[in-house]
Amino acid sequence: MSEASAAGPEAHSATSGRRRGARVRALIRKETRQMVRDPSSIAIGVILPLILIMLFGFGLSLDVRNVPLAIVLEQPSGDAVDLSEALRLSPYFRPLVLQAMAPAEQLLQRGRVNGILDIPGDFARRLAAGDAQVQLIVDGSDANSARIIEGYVEGAVGSWSAQRAAEGRAGKLAGIAGPVDVQARLWFNESDESRYFLVPGLLVLVMTLIGGLLTAMVMAREWELGTLEALFVTPVRSEEILLGKTLPYFGLALVGFVLSVLSAKFLFEVPLRGSIWVLSLASMLYTLVALSIGLLISSAVKNQLVASQLAALTTFMPALMLSGFLFDLRSMPAAVRLVTYLLPARYYVALLQSLFLAGDVWSVIVPNVLVLALMAAALALGGRAVTRKRLA
Amino acid sequence: MLASLLRILALTRKELLAVLKDRRARLSLLIPPMVQALIFGYAATYDLNRVPYALLDLDHSAASRELVSGLDGSGVFERVADLPRASAVPDTIDSRRALLVVRIDQDFERHLLAGQPADVQAIADGRNSNTAGTALGYVSSIVQQFNTQWRADHGMPAAAMQVVERAWYNPNLETRWYMIPGMIGTLTLIQTMMLTVMSVAREREQGTFDQLLVTPFRPHEIMAGKAVPSMIIGTIQASGVLVVGQLWFRIPFAGSYFVLYPGLLLFLLAAVGMGLLLSAVAGTMQQAMLYSMLFIMPFSLLSGFTTPLASMPDALQEFTLINPLRYAIDIARRVYLEGAGFGVLAHDLWPLALMALVTLSAAAWVFRYRPQ
Repeated sequence: MSEASAAGPEAHSATSGRRRGARVRALIRKETRQMVRDPSSIAIGVILPLILIMLFGFGLSLDVRNVPLAIVLEQPSGDAVDLSEALRLSPYFRPLVLQAMAPAEQLLQRGRVNGILDIPGDFARRLAAGDAQVQLIVDGSDANSARIIEGYVEGAVGSWSAQRAAEGRAGKLAGIAGPVDVQARLWFNESDESRYFLVPGLLVLVMTLIGGLLTAMVMAREWELGTLEALFVTPVRSEEILLGKTLPYFGLALVGFVLSVLSAKFLFEVPLRGSIWVLSLASMLYTLVALSIGLLISSAVKNQLVASQLAALTTFMPALMLSGFLFDLRSMPAAVRLVTYLLPARYYVALLQSLFLAGDVWSVIVPNVLVLALMAAALALGGRAVTRKRLA
Repeated sequence: MLASLLRILALTRKELLAVLKDRRARLSLLIPPMVQALIFGYAATYDLNRVPYALLDLDHSAASRELVSGLDGSGVFERVADLPRASAVPDTIDSRRALLVVRIDQDFERHLLAGQPADVQAIADGRNSNTAGTALGYVSSIVQQFNTQWRADHGMPAAAMQVVERAWYNPNLETRWYMIPGMIGTLTLIQTMMLTVMSVAREREQGTFDQLLVTPFRPHEIMAGKAVPSMIIGTIQASGVLVVGQLWFRIPFAGSYFVLYPGLLLFLLAAVGMGLLLSAVAGTMQQAMLYSMLFIMPFSLLSGFTTPLASMPDALQEFTLINPLRYAIDIARRVYLEGAGFGVLAHDLWPLALMALVTLSAAAWVFRYRPQ
């Protein structure tokens, strides 16, 4: 306040505003140079998104295709062979026909096949009598895939028997389709492509990592090297330091955002049904939150080794496991759900999934954007408090 | 030889002290794996136990009520709304109020009694198509039960063909059984690899690495002194996750610790070797962290931890061959759930050994010749 000399209050605030602007600009310039000259920042801002885009677009998938399945034909009679042929034609299986159970069990133990379909010797006879059974054994280790495989086998066997019924070869056979048939509809993702929800989810990982990792070290580094104390004896204020640290990385994070959205839309043809503006606004808010968390960690622990561990712990795994991007939040126990409410990624995932696949659903957008905005504001204040306290 | 061992021991002790003397560092290395295992153990499940659904029953018949009571009594489906008309369906799904709308049309009972096929429509929110698919699967198995019951009650012959299902190793098909053993490697990799890279980078940043080089320590001794502490911490972390899985989640341990631990040590050796190699390119701690994340992320995502390896395209499956975590997860799952021995695990163990050999020798070379 000592700068306030004889000049009136308006003149004073104008000069101090101009000085402040100059100080922030200088800080931003310094930080930007440091960022651009360090190849690791660019690697995180540009290369990491590219790697993740490729992984999510081409690699990761929860869809099960080409499942190695052992089919045990105890007696290769007409009907049994017919059924195994039907499975062979399905895109979901890569069947391996065997004559006995023992070698099939060995294959399952060694992980060479994911399941065994046992068509017993009396299959044809009992089918004619109307009470045939086939036995399916799945490797339950991967429960999710196992359940999908069970569904596929049921479907394939069901359509085989329905087709026989239609051809009039069935006799009393009514198939496993019952009196009531379920017609399933998958809204927003009719073709059931897991890519459609994995690729938008990629944005959560990219933005969380860029935001959290880039800033986690910057303040701790200055503390360790003692350069922050040098900065404190200049007229720079703590919020100006934070602003100078945030803006360059915010710019770099936006590069990652644009790369991810462009590739989602044009490379992987994931529909973007909502407005690009709402998506950008939500992403900027989320980036701000992620950057502030990194800065907060960094100024609070003042130690790069601890800061790096904390940043790794609070960014990657929570965003992957607790955001609702892979696992359904509603099925988690209440205590864990409570933890997810503290996690900004949760709100961002809700926004992303709706904006990409459903469109501008305001009942989803408004509350989630509000929470993110509140978090950004609270974190900014918190970061200022932590930095200022250390000034004294 | 003995003198060399003693020097490595001294370095290990110094390194452990340097890392663990800070209380926050101690806490951030020893506590999080167990806490994460606890939280993620509950969170990481593809099973659904609460599916909010809305009912659109246009039939209001005894038959439709019977079907609905099957859904309500399943313990999985939670009815959040009774929709009066079809036009209310889109909003219910869009706003995420319900994951699923079950629609029963007007002539449901009439068709059923007349012996004609009757349809039930299940509309699911496909924004997460995996969750939606699982929920739809639950609906069809409940309808299947209804069918069996209906056939029995109305003197119809039982279905002519049945698929009898059985799951090995995990009879109730619980995803948690699959996830927790996978976490033993995943949670450990993230912190251990980063710790290794960071601890070398710290010496470089503070200039103490040069001091180490002028001591009587040989480069490979310095390297061992950096590797052993990380492996000790990694082993403790892995054990923490194992304890949570067995004592808290009570997932039965089918195998032998004498198989699991050698496998884990080999994995840690490979991971730490990669970390040491990586530390050669990192001049500052900031770079050390960012570069290690650049490897940790793809390693974790391409490990089969959350999505099956088999459904990746061939090119990527080949890339996963250089991913130590892929082998660690397979070892942990097979030993934990299936009780596998060394024989079955050979195809996991030798790639890890090879990776450890290659990365550690390369790192030793770099430690010696890296231009400062």
